[in-house]
Amino acid sequence: MSVGESIGSSSPYLEFVRISKSFPGVLALDDVSFGVNSGSVRALVGENGAGKSTLLKILSGVYRPSSGVLRIDGSERAFQGTSESLAAGVSVIYQELVTVPKLSVAENLFLGHLPKKRGLVDYPCLYELARAALVSLADDIDPRTPLGLLSIGQQQMMEIAKALTRGARILAFDEPTSSLSAREIERLFSVIERLRSEGRTILYVSHRMEEIFQICDSVTVFKDGRHIETFHSTKGLTQDILINRMVGRDIKNVYNYSERPYGDVSIEARDITGPGLKEPISIRVRSGEILGLFGLVGAGRTELLKLIYGATRRTGGEILLKGHPAKVETPRDAIDQGIVFCSENRKAEGIIPLGSVQENINISARRHHGYRMGFINETWERRNAKEQVRSLDVRTPSLEQRICNLSGGNQQKVILARWLSDQMSVVLFDEPTRGIDVGARSEIYALIRRLAERGVAILMVSSDLPEVLGVSDRIAVMRDGALSGIVERTDTSEQKILSMALPV
Amino acid sequence: MNTSEKTMAVGGTSSFRKVDTSVLLDRAGMLLVFLGLFVTCSIFVDNFLSWRNMAGLSLAISMAGMVSCSMLLCIASGNFDLSVGSVIAASGCVAAVVINLTGSVVVGILAGLGLGVVVGLINGFVFAKLGINAFITTLATMQMARGFGYIVAGGKAVGISNSDFFVIGTTYFLGLPTPVWLTLVTFAIFGGLINYTEFGRNILAIGGNEEAARLAGVPVVRTKILIFVIHGLMSAVAGVVLASRMTSGQPMTAIGFEMTAISACVLGGVSLAGGIGKISYVIAGVLILGTVENSMNLLNINPFYQYLVRGGILLAAVIFDRYKTRSIG
Repeated sequence: MSVGESIGSSSPYLEFVRISKSFPGVLALDDVSFGVNSGSVRALVGENGAGKSTLLKILSGVYRPSSGVLRIDGSERAFQGTSESLAAGVSVIYQELVTVPKLSVAENLFLGHLPKKRGLVDYPCLYELARAALVSLADDIDPRTPLGLLSIGQQQMMEIAKALTRGARILAFDEPTSSLSAREIERLFSVIERLRSEGRTILYVSHRMEEIFQICDSVTVFKDGRHIETFHSTKGLTQDILINRMVGRDIKNVYNYSERPYGDVSIEARDITGPGLKEPISIRVRSGEILGLFGLVGAGRTELLKLIYGATRRTGGEILLKGHPAKVETPRDAIDQGIVFCSENRKAEGIIPLGSVQENINISARRHHGYRMGFINETWERRNAKEQVRSLDVRTPSLEQRICNLSGGNQQKVILARWLSDQMSVVLFDEPTRGIDVGARSEIYALIRRLAERGVAILMVSSDLPEVLGVSDRIAVMRDGALSGIVERTDTSEQKILSMALPV
Repeated sequence: MNTSEKTMAVGGTSSFRKVDTSVLLDRAGMLLVFLGLFVTCSIFVDNFLSWRNMAGLSLAISMAGMVSCSMLLCIASGNFDLSVGSVIAASGCVAAVVINLTGSVVVGILAGLGLGVVVGLINGFVFAKLGINAFITTLATMQMARGFGYIVAGGKAVGISNSDFFVIGTTYFLGLPTPVWLTLVTFAIFGGLINYTEFGRNILAIGGNEEAARLAGVPVVRTKILIFVIHGLMSAVAGVVLASRMTSGQPMTAIGFEMTAISACVLGGVSLAGGIGKISYVIAGVLILGTVENSMNLLNINPFYQYLVRGGILLAAVIFDRYKTRSIG
């Protein structure tokens, strides 16, 4: 592992040659070719559905390319599965980490090849190996801790350690910072920097532009499954240029905030208590108002939304709609009274993966519109789905397409379409733009704004400070299961909000 | 329905292609397998195609058909019910005993059906409300229902004195046995249920992603309980029809029938993982299973070997299901 051994060598260590990949109904990658040198960090950027994730899955052997070849260190590779790619020194660290939470850190690290003595697991040896593997990545972790007790950042470090114990020469990160705290991000970056200087090849997929400029030395841009351009240096490169290449259009001021008139208080949550909250919380949103809810990961924001929505049972407090106490005990109650919730966890809590686009759109609103005496009104369902798909610009080959075949951004639009199909007065958004690219982001902001203009009260959880400040009329800040304050947009700054959110 | 629908012109869809053959195969695949099997049997198995055998075959699969329909609901929602066979036996016994006691066929039938509903309610409540694993729950009620059947019947077959009751099981209508007509009606009802009602769609949504369904306002607990109640009811219907065919309530009948119902569903293509299910799958599964059994009998294959074949078919079906789910991604 001598420093920078192969930097500047003429042939790239990792090379994609004319890779294409098609799925039923979708061409996810279209003749993609580019190479990455060892000892470098290459950013892969592009809108959702541009093909980055598919490319990583081809690299790790999850998918086989429909055509084209993969070359590593000059030799062609056709991985039949992840075990083959691991053996060839490729590790992909996914956004959603794949771990066994009940097993210890050490066991997770060496799962599949635990050290054995006379057929039994040699635990002292295992813990020794684990400690060695975690050195300078996460020295503070005791290898005997159940993995589920670690923070996401620590689990990620464990994943990196795992990759290194298997001799990874190529490491790919898929949106690694999306659930990390600022300190954890800093730590991750210094680790990536070290991996680079050891001469490893690193692919870095992210939507966060600042990060790319901070740690990547070259950038490859994708759009609609095609390789658009590779910048071999970030010198002279700006965020605007990149965004422009990604979307093929200029996006100025994505938030487009404008003053709106408010109505009366639409929803009031009074003295709400329940799991995840340390103090009773009261919050009011007027109709037409966007109330941002900021806080660090783990501050209890999602928990609060779910308590208001009735998805988690409240231990105390009440919900008032337009001043009158309302019965909101289950999500169904909430929806019946015009309160809807858009989860941050699309895959686990949003989509019905095997259902069609049409089915996913209509699942909720149909009982208020689409059906008579228990029977579904196919005409309404079709028309509604068609209208929603058109007005939200959902990219799908047909309404019958299974939603799991769409990209993340398009899935999110389908979920929004689900709620837009019905009358509603309150929307609870949880990280509405999480994992969504810049282009689709501004569409979602526009949509939120349109809803507010129609008089809908909006409570929006976000971890993105510029977003909270850019979109909200007022901002509520949570810290450690309690409300630490509510401020007007005119009377605040990033520093002020952050200081309210950070632990005291 | 819409296999030939053209790509919608929404947004930038220029790079999308539509693959239709796989969709078509998915919809009709197992029915084609059945047709192939049917033709093969007609050619190679003596007497297979005779009218007498066809009527017998249809009668033989009528019970599996009814129960598989409601089993479809269970499996499509990501669960299954093992208490089927016991409920069939117990409801037949209850109907027989009550008919003999009261002299009223109607009261007897209602009592039999009532038993099915009660077992379904217990299953549904324990499983959906208390959150106990469906396997264990229905394993327990399977034992209980079987025991209840024996107790009610006093441990032996109960002959039924009122011959009005035999109309259900032993008469013919337009050349087909009445139970076959009942099964056809069941197919129609459940096909409509799963395709055209909110209840049916909710079942598929729960099977596909329960938490997402709950957050979308689907009444998950209520739907699950209803699934089990319907399934208990259908098992009881099958039990009453069977009792009528046999002119007696028999506590030892239909042992292992849960296997038949689950096999038929899975064989037809209902995904064990939940979220996928069509009535055409069930029909195909029931027909294939029935044809194989019927041919084995006509060919005089030793019943002990038939167990091997049945188990083998189920295993093949599950492996095929696994392969199919994986290709979905």
